Order: sequence, then structure tokens, then C-alpha cells
Amino acid sequence: MRAFEYVSPTTKEQAVALLSSTWGETEILAGGTDLLALMKDDVVRPRRLVNIKEIAELRGISFSASTGLRIGATVTLSELLDHPDVWRHYPALVQAARGVTSPQIRSMGTVGGDLCQRPRCWYFRSGFGLLARDQTGRSLVLEGDNRYHAILGNEGPAYFVNPSSLAPALIAYGARLRIFGPRGTREVLLERFFRIPKSEAEREYDLQPNEIVTEILVPPPPVGMVSATYEVRQREVLDWPLVTASVALVFDGQRVRSARVVLGQVAPIPWPSPEAERALVGKAVTEEVAQAAADAAVQRARSLGKNEYKIQLARVAVRRAIQQAVGGGTRR
Amino acid sequence: MAERDAMEMAEYKWPEPERRRLIGKRISRVDGPEKVTGRAKYTYDVNRPGMLAGKILRCPYAHARIARLDTSAVEKMPGVQAVLPLKKVGDEILWAGDEVVAVAAVDEPTAEDAIRAIVVEYEKLPHFVLDTDPKAAGERARPAAEQVEGDPDAAFREAEVVAEGLYGMSLITHCCLEAHGAVVEWEGENNVLVHISTQAVSGIAGQMAGPLGVPAGNIRVKQEHIGGGFGSKFGPDSWGIAAARLSKMAGGRPVKIMLERDAELMVAGARPSYYGRVRVGAKRDGTVIAWESETWGTGGIPPTSPLPVPYVLRIPNQRKRHIAIVTNSGPARAWRAPLHPQACLLTMAALDDLAAALRMDPLDLLLKNIELAGERADVYREELQIAAELMEWKKRWHPRGDPSPGPIKRGLGVSIHTWPGRGHACRCDLTIHPDGSVEVKLGSQDLGTGTRTAIAIVVADTLGIPLEAVRVRIGDTQYPPAGGSGGSTTIGGVSSAARRAALDALDQLFARIAPLLNASPDQLEAWDGRIRVKGDPSRSIAWEHACARLDGMPLTVRGENPGPGELTTAGAAGVQMADVSVDIETGIVRINKMVAVQDCGLIINMKTAESQCYGAMIMGISYALYEEKIMDPVTGRMLNPNMEFYKLAGLADIGELVVHMMTGEKYDRRGVIGLGEPPVISPGAAISNAVANAIGVRVPFLPLTPERVLEALAKKGGSHARV
Repeated sequence: MRAFEYVSPTTKEQAVALLSSTWGETEILAGGTDLLALMKDDVVRPRRLVNIKEIAELRGISFSASTGLRIGATVTLSELLDHPDVWRHYPALVQAARGVTSPQIRSMGTVGGDLCQRPRCWYFRSGFGLLARDQTGRSLVLEGDNRYHAILGNEGPAYFVNPSSLAPALIAYGARLRIFGPRGTREVLLERFFRIPKSEAEREYDLQPNEIVTEILVPPPPVGMVSATYEVRQREVLDWPLVTASVALVFDGQRVRSARVVLGQVAPIPWPSPEAERALVGKAVTEEVAQAAADAAVQRARSLGKNEYKIQLARVAVRRAIQQAVGGGTRR
Repeated sequence: MAERDAMEMAEYKWPEPERRRLIGKRISRVDGPEKVTGRAKYTYDVNRPGMLAGKILRCPYAHARIARLDTSAVEKMPGVQAVLPLKKVGDEILWAGDEVVAVAAVDEPTAEDAIRAIVVEYEKLPHFVLDTDPKAAGERARPAAEQVEGDPDAAFREAEVVAEGLYGMSLITHCCLEAHGAVVEWEGENNVLVHISTQAVSGIAGQMAGPLGVPAGNIRVKQEHIGGGFGSKFGPDSWGIAAARLSKMAGGRPVKIMLERDAELMVAGARPSYYGRVRVGAKRDGTVIAWESETWGTGGIPPTSPLPVPYVLRIPNQRKRHIAIVTNSGPARAWRAPLHPQACLLTMAALDDLAAALRMDPLDLLLKNIELAGERADVYREELQIAAELMEWKKRWHPRGDPSPGPIKRGLGVSIHTWPGRGHACRCDLTIHPDGSVEVKLGSQDLGTGTRTAIAIVVADTLGIPLEAVRVRIGDTQYPPAGGSGGSTTIGGVSSAARRAALDALDQLFARIAPLLNASPDQLEAWDGRIRVKGDPSRSIAWEHACARLDGMPLTVRGENPGPGELTTAGAAGVQMADVSVDIETGIVRINKMVAVQDCGLIINMKTAESQCYGAMIMGISYALYEEKIMDPVTGRMLNPNMEFYKLAGLADIGELVVHMMTGEKYDRRGVIGLGEPPVISPGAAISNAVANAIGVRVPFLPLTPERVLEALAKKGGSHARV
């Protein structure tokens, strides 16, 4: 690992002042479970690390029936899983966090860090850049081994998958992010936070180099909502999911009044599926309806050559998440 | 005198069951507390005064020639103490990650900075890393001579049922959790001290002497504990030699080079891939009469050898062809039971498919043909029956394709295996001190298998003293040389040498004590902390008092293997069964249970013998379901040189493991047989067969990833079998 300067501010204003306005010069250190590996592999080479764990207002979880859930960016996955209101009202979020089956990572890894971690694309991690191109500009993903790459939103030039475990569930719940930067605080819908980069200079999310995510705000659960996350993971021990799906369905009697279906690990961004949502709204959730929604979710999916199987996994994940939310079907 | 010799010869045997207080019992490792408290020191933990950090610049290309190499800028960098080119301009690089330049610096970051400052230009050459299709390999496919036994053509004509299938397993790495590496220092001009993570403490000095230009006797090698070797740690390796050279260049300061995780997975060894098309022919009653196989695979640059197929069962008529594929995927090394897991999968999966074609229970098919296993046929028969009971096979087995509703399908699979495992050459010095304490010294190593404990058990049981009274010192070339820990030969070697030393020491002690007890030496025995007259326990002397009679002079005796008496033999037989669940919608395989029934002759420590089987099954589950050295056709590099995507099974992935060790007179009388390799051979085949039984179709290649399971399910319908 290259030498770096380490600073540990106690206010968000100090933190922002210590961050460079240019990507790459500084990095934000929260749990460090991703950042330190990136530094050891020489994929990122910050001159300065800004530790944000000493900033008190970035901590804590609170819930109220009127305003919903507020999660400080440096809340760890363990803290999230220890919170009774999270269990009571946001089961899809709990299931997503429990999918991170490493106690070490749950203890160190933060909610903000989960959202801002970098893609696991093995070409990116080998130093070929976010878009994984060789000197001639050809995509290593398209020509090489893309078994873990995107099946949706993969028109290029980005083919990696967003690695966040929590984002699909949080998006399904309509979460917003509060971001603090040199020009003060702004809020962004989590769904809009993630972006598919079009050039190597772009990041995969809407954040300036000198901005930090401070809070995650989740609306209160509407009456009649059921939700679930289903993760297809090869191993029970810590393993990147092959596909995840989070669903939040609001029922009006027997029928779905509104639906959110969000897939993870399938596209360069967490992938909301309006097609699947349309297949659910206005209907009672039968096996056939769940299957129709699952089919709709992968309607636009496309194999890059070696990841065809992920289309099937995505279909299954969506169907099982729906069935799990309504209280039936195959559980892990 | 001749009579006396004959009597002594007759005594070199293992004690009768009623004379074993420790041998064969469940005994915790003597170094267990040290290991679980973190006090045990591995090579990685060795930090010597003034130590420098060594790092290696590795070639990023799978095939290249060095066009330019300039280290001048680095030599002047502050903190850099030595720069050692390992290649020169014009040298050809044959795999990504090969070593180009080594440096030693005051700390790791400085060494890394130095590596980055080295200027190398490569002329890239075409690389090839694909191994699944010999037709795509062109000139890199090297056919071996066809092997024929009996008359396979006639036998296939005679066969009433022929099953045909495609099987194989991917290239995997050893993935030692303690990476390869060494700490080397010079003491003056001529003496070298080496701390190294190795499976062959006594073998390292001889391999370093030539390259370093010092006599082997001047090289001292030490290792207390090792974090895994699996066949990949027998030599000093280029980085061990580099550490020694860097140390010399730096005036003798210790230099530590431990491989980074990515280097460990890229260059420190791989198990060759093997694939094959197999045809097996049988009579309708299940009698197997014909075998034909065409196999191929890669271990990198050196061509792979033909597989020992058909495995265990010697099918009378055979035709075998093999094509070695030469690739730039990195160096292969012996991986725990070289060639056996691959041969086992090809054979046991083919027989399983044959059983399906015959509509026979594969367990019955194995039993029907078990005489083909030769002299160990009765052992397999007994083991298959025990395994079947432990798995409730007859109650739970169903024909191919679990008919139960829902996406989760359950299935059972079986496999058998063998391994020689005779004890290696070994010497040990056993010292009885006048205070009654006992020391055993040998230049062996404890590969993690409990070697220290096994030696202590043999010595303590032979001398009739408690385990705690014996100190075992290993892992140092100052002790008598012992063989490397390879081929499951350690337990046979060290236990035989220790037994002989202890018996001889006892004879000498008896000679001193006999007059005191008014007996002749051959009337004495050592039992329960005393030396006593056989048949008259009232005439006895406490062990400590007997040893005090040594007149202040410790008694040291050398034990050797091989030596008189048959204390170790070869030929272990084992059976494994797997019970799996497969989600046919996601292709994910979960292990419910595995059963291992294993023979290894006389068991020294039941607990660590069982542990060997548990560990082997876990390793087997890993390679059956998860492990693959994924080579990128575009860059020629390994894509997953990390613990995220080079997947190993964790505790939650292994299900219930049941081990049954074969014991009793007929096993004991064969002496000690090694156990390191046998139980790791069958898991791949047993699990593959269980998956086929669950889902009704063969998934040809390991690891059984969701992708491969779903692909096989998609192709289901076209059976491989021709009836």
C-alpha cells in the first residue's frame, strides 16, 4: 500500500474541507472494508484518507411513525441489524443486511459505505479501469470472462454490476440520501443517486469528490405494505450475491395498489423494474402473477456471452422475493 | 548372539491392543493450546532484528519477452538495500505473474515503491490459456501414446449396455492460507539461516546449497508451524533463493519474502485440469467389461501425464488416449493425491452413469464389480456396507431424478478411492534424561496433521509413560533428517522411526535395571510409569528412579525408517458418500451430509485421523462446488487471485460430516499407513454423482457452479446412455 496522510475530523464541515475537489486525490474512510482492499491492490491511490467515523452526527438510527427511519451514514450493518424498528418495519432491509454473512464486515462495514463501495468487476480490480478497456479501447468484459457481469443496462460502455447489498431494498422503500458538500446539504432520491458512467472520468454515483453521504432517510412504511429481499448466493459464507431482488408491495385489500421491484447485481446500477411493477399493480398476487412479474423483470435482459444463467437467476429472485413478501414460496 | 538378534528383531512391531494406552485413542494435539491462543509461530510471524522487506516485480503478461529492463533508478532510492534481477533482456516469460526483479528495502511500502519504479518493457507474445477443448489448442495439444489392455473392441461388441459421458474438473490452486515464503539471513560469509514455510524441512538446505554456493551443512532451516502446503511447498522456490541473495547483497540482513495473496494464487501452484470422454461397457447383470477414455487437460507448460484410469477397479479391457494441452496458465504442482481426484471423478462418474443406464443402484454396481479392486476388495466391500448404513443409503436412495415436488431436489452419490502412503525415510534421536523426561528430535514437520502429537503418542506408549513426559522437537535441520511430508508418507515414517528408537532405548534401560530387579532384561516391561517384571508386577521400579540409574548421562538412541520389522505398509482404501440438495431453479448445490469410511492400517491418533478426513471432505467440497483458477482468454491472467472470487467452502457450506475409521486386528496388523491424501480423492466424484442422482442429469465439470448446473438441466432430455 502506498503511503498516505490520515485525518480524522469531528465535524462534517471539517471533513468536506479536507476532501479534494478532484477524484483520486482523497478518499473517504468509513468501515474501510472495501477501500483498504482497493488501496492494497493499487486500484485507488489517495494521498489523504479522511476518516468520517469520528463525526458524531453521522451516527445513530432513529425511527418515528410519522417521519420514518433515519440511518446515519456510518451506522454499521450490525447496528442496523440490532435495531428493533428496522426489524419491525423494514424486513427487506434486514434480509439484505443479513445476506452479508461475514461478522467482520457487518461489524466494520457501514450503510453509507455499502452504497458507495466500488464495483467488484475483476477487470476494474486488476487496474483496467471502471470501463475495463485495454489500450486499444476494446472492452475486456465483452471479449473476456463476463460470468459475473451485467445482464441489464449493459448497452455499454459499462458492464460491471453495482455491488451494494442494501441499495435494492432501500430503493424499494423509496429511500433518500442526504449529502453534505461545500455548498451545504442536498437530498437525492437513492434511485437517482446511481448512474451508469459513459466515460472513464465519470463515477458510478452522483457524488462530488468533496461531498459525503451523511444520512439515509427511509419513508415510514405505508399501511398494507409487505416487503422482502431474495438473494441468490452460491455460498452460505460471505459471497457476492449472483443476483438479488427486493420488493415492496402495498396492498389495497387483496390487490396490489403499488409495487416496487428492484434488482441488484444485475446492472451497473441497482435496477428498478417498472415492467415487473406493472405486472403486479392492480392484481392479487397469485403464483402466475408472481411469475409474470418475474418474466417481465428480465424481458430486456441480455447475455454478454457467459452470464446467460444470471437471467434465469434474476427471474427466480424476483418471483421468490414476491412470494416471500406475501408470505409463501421458497425461502432460503 | 544370533539368538539375541532374532529376539530383538521380533520385537519391532506395534503393541497388541491391550498394550495400547494411547495409540489409537482420541488424543488432542499437544500444540493445540499454542495454536488456538495465537502463540504458535508461523514463518509469517518470524520477524528478525534488522529485517528487510523483500518484494517481487511480476510480469503482467501471460507470454512475453523482456525487451528492456532498467533498475538503475531503483538502486539509488532511499531505503532500498538490494536489487536483484531474476530475468534478463531476451528472456521469455511463460505465465502472468512470473518473477522479473526482486528488491529488498527497509519496509514494505518502500519495497513496493521500488518495484513500481523499475522500468521493464515487454514484447508481448501470443498466449493461450484455454483447456476445455483440445481441438481449439492447435499445436499446443500434445497427444500421448495410446494405451491398450485386453481387447477393448471385442469387449464393447460384447457389452450389452454402454454408457458414454463427459466429465472433468477445472484448474484449481492450492490456496495455502499461509502463503509461500521465507525469511533468510547470512551469518558471516558462509552460514545461512532460513525460516521457511515448507513441507520438507530436511530437504530445503540441499536445494539451496547449489544456487547459493555454500555447503548444505552450512544452511540451517527452521519451521515451527506451517499454514498449509497441500503438495506445493517442497522447494525453496525462486523467491526463497532470491531472499537469500538479497540478504547477502544487503550484508546479511534478514530478508523476508512472503507471497501476497494474488501471487500465491497465480504462481505458487495449481492442480492440473483434466477432462475426458469416457465409454464404459457392461453385461446386463452389471459386470463391467470395457473401458475407453480420451482425456485432456493442462498444468501449464509441462505436459500433463495420462490419468490412472479406470480408477481402483481394473476393468479388463481398456483403451486410453490422452492429450496434454500446454498453456500459459502458470506452474502446476502436486496437489494432495496428484491425479487421483481427477481419475476418481472420471471413473466413478462414468460408473454412476452406467448404473443409471442399467437402472441399477450404483452402490450395487460397485459391489458387483468390487473384485476388480484386487487385493483390497474385501476392505471396500466392508466399507461400502458401513457407509451405506451411516448414510441410510438403502432407505433413502432413489433412481435418477428426485420425483418430489418443488424446486429442491435431493440425491445421493458414492465413490471409492485408494492411495499407497507407505512411510518415508526418517531418522530420529530419542533421549531419555536422568530426570525421567524424554526428548525426541527429528527434522520433520507438522503439516497441520498432528505429527508432533503422533510421535509423542508412539514414544509415550512404548516407554509406558504419560504423553506430557515426552517433548517432541521438529522443524530444524539440526535434528536428524526426515523425509518431506508428501504422498501421505509422514505418519508411517515418523511413527516407525520413533517406535524403533523407543524400543531400542527401552532395551538399553532394561539392561541397566534388570540386575536391580533380579531379572534378565527380556523379562522386563514398561507400563504405567514403571519398569516391572512381566507377570510379577510387585517387582518394579518407578520410571524416574530407573532413569536416575543412568548415572547422570542421558541415553540417546537413533531410530530409523526403513528398519527392522514391518511397521508401515502401503495401500489405503476408502469410501465416501454424499447427500446433496440442488435448487433446480438457481442451480445452487448444498451439501446435506457426507460420510467417509476410511482404512489407514493401524491408527496412531483416532482424533487427528478423523480430523484428516473432516479436513479433506471440506477441501473436497470446496473443489467440487466452488474452486476454479479462472483464466482470462483476453489478458491471459488469472481473474480471481483473491479470496472473494477464488471461493472456498466455509463452515456453513459443508453440511454434516460423518467419519468412520476402520479398526480391528486385520487393519492393525498392516501397520501404519498415511492418511493425508486418501480422503480428499472421492468428494468430487461422490458429490457429482449425488447431484446427478438429484436432478436426473450429469453436470460434466467441477466445480458444480449454478451456471453449469443450469446448463446441464437445460440440455436434459438427451441422455448420454445407449442401451
